[in-house]
Amino acid sequence: MSIDLNFIGILIGAIMASSVPLILAASGELITERSGVLNLGVEGMMIIGAISGFALMVVTDNLFFAVVGSMLSGLIISLIFGLLTQSLLTNHVATGLALTIFGIGMSAMIGKNFVGIPGKEFPLLFINLKESIPFLGPIFFGHSIILYFAFGLPFMTNYFLKKTKTGLIIRAVGDSPTSASNQGINVTLVRYSCILYGGAMCGLAGAYLSLIYTPQWIENMTGGRGWIALALVVFATWSPIKVLIGALIFGGITILQLHMQAIGLRIPVQLLSALPYIMTIIVLVVISRDSRKIKLNTPTSLGQIFYKEK
Amino acid sequence: MIKIEKRNDLSRSIYFLTPILAIFLTLIGGGIIFYILGFNPIEALKFFFITPISDLYGLSELLVKATPLCLIAIGLSFCFKSNNWNIGAEGQLIFGGIVGGGVALLFYNHDGFYILPIIILSGAIGGMLFAMIPAILKTYFNTNEILVSLMLVYVAKLLLDYLVVGPWSNPEGFNFPETRQFSESARMPILFDGLRIHAGIFITLITVFLSWLILYKTYLGFQIKVSGLSLKTAKYAGFKGKTMIIIVFMISGACAGLAGVGEITGPIGQLHRNISPDYGFTAIIVAFLGRLNPVGIIFASLIVALTYLGAETAQIFLQVPKYTGQVFQGMILFFLLGSDYLLFFKIKFLGLKKNEH
Repeated sequence: MSIDLNFIGILIGAIMASSVPLILAASGELITERSGVLNLGVEGMMIIGAISGFALMVVTDNLFFAVVGSMLSGLIISLIFGLLTQSLLTNHVATGLALTIFGIGMSAMIGKNFVGIPGKEFPLLFINLKESIPFLGPIFFGHSIILYFAFGLPFMTNYFLKKTKTGLIIRAVGDSPTSASNQGINVTLVRYSCILYGGAMCGLAGAYLSLIYTPQWIENMTGGRGWIALALVVFATWSPIKVLIGALIFGGITILQLHMQAIGLRIPVQLLSALPYIMTIIVLVVISRDSRKIKLNTPTSLGQIFYKEK
Repeated sequence: MIKIEKRNDLSRSIYFLTPILAIFLTLIGGGIIFYILGFNPIEALKFFFITPISDLYGLSELLVKATPLCLIAIGLSFCFKSNNWNIGAEGQLIFGGIVGGGVALLFYNHDGFYILPIIILSGAIGGMLFAMIPAILKTYFNTNEILVSLMLVYVAKLLLDYLVVGPWSNPEGFNFPETRQFSESARMPILFDGLRIHAGIFITLITVFLSWLILYKTYLGFQIKVSGLSLKTAKYAGFKGKTMIIIVFMISGACAGLAGVGEITGPIGQLHRNISPDYGFTAIIVAFLGRLNPVGIIFASLIVALTYLGAETAQIFLQVPKYTGQVFQGMILFFLLGSDYLLFFKIKFLGLKKNEH
């Protein structure tokens, strides 16, 4: 019996690991969206984070530089989005799409020389505890530091948005940029900061994939996770704690379908691989059906261009 | 000193000139990237944009690539004009290809003039039905069409993969992930011997004309434009919003499906895993670069098709990955969106002491 329990513990640990990139990207995007900015470039920022993290790991042989560098590159590429949408007042949706297309192309261009290079082992914490405690060990221990950070992030985000003054300012900017501006808040500056923060988190999410989850560089390795993270924000009705729950559900589906593939059930592999995408659609339908609930929670100015006459 | 002032009126000349500015800026940006990669930027840009179309074969290839791009972008313009964000044209293209390809496989040992029209029609219907999923979910369940249409791209890709590996794979194909070759009657007629340009270009041109007719000469076109400018006005005028959303998605899905069928019956001639090099996504850029205007889209599709060819040539001569094309495409859209600033704002150089008017 204890062996079975331990297996379940390992399974839960795997689900947690596969939900990390979703938690990071969705938490970052959540802050961006709370300030009224819809950045559809999550997939592009993640893939840039993935390649720059991996490339820096290979070049510097230092995982710390790799992780910090991936966040910086996510931040830099989101700056393009910020410049366009905030200073040149472009359409958020179109600019985000351009960012994704650009990011995927750019990552493949940089990544050309890094295909096939094996990754480096990322240090996992409390390995001995993982092995000595059955069931709970594999759940709570033996993960990378990024995983622990990711699981704390939704709670920190929640506290930040609800209890701090800066959080209040971000929400005010997202819900009513005009009144926030009249209160003397620099709306553009707040939105810039939120965009950059979102970019850094997406970069980190990408680095988690290329450094820890599947430690190598593969073209297009984010495989739609950025879009699922965007869907998660809607699913969570812009609440950070629900992002965590949603990410675990999607991590669960991913791991479940991988296990079903491994067992060799007589279900086509492709159908199993399509499950996370189909589930995303179903979940979105269920959540969005109640249009009042969505309206109540959506940042009022989401995706709208703010221009202050000088 | 520079002063920025809001424009009161929209300048039509700037509206159509900014795309050219965007292309120019993209060339500069591309030159810088090539320089960073260690190439002579002028040489590299020449390989990218001039070498590919310096002979007849190259020009034909340009049209082969522009044919699906233009077709999909025309369809998307209906959606974008009415503020419906269908970004899953790639999935609709693939699904149209699957349905059309399935019909073509049914007739694999038949001949007859009737086969190709049936295939084309079924491909269009396939794309149309696939596009109706996000449309219906949006209208009846308030679901975000951006995310749904995008998720369906992955679903369509996996479905195609399943079919060409499994039930539809060529029985004599040594387990290659591809179907049988279609019969001659299921192929688009080739226009000139030795070149790949095919009759699909006529489908594109007819669609361009029809879409111009619908957008500028019908009540539906008027509704689409008004809804795009102001949803409130559209509601006030009593337009049936839901029906219109479904119709624009059907139009753009049908166009993407036609593009898919054009690819598999044209240059490809069978189904396999990669029937489209992301035409459905690139067409989004084409639609914007063409200003959602049928004629503009024709020109834009030629320019963006060139980035595909250029990337292939550059891959051969400069050993840069073919994804360079995507970098250029992303840059075009960045610069285009950015230069729209000039549409709404005047930049005045005060030092010059120019009088207004």
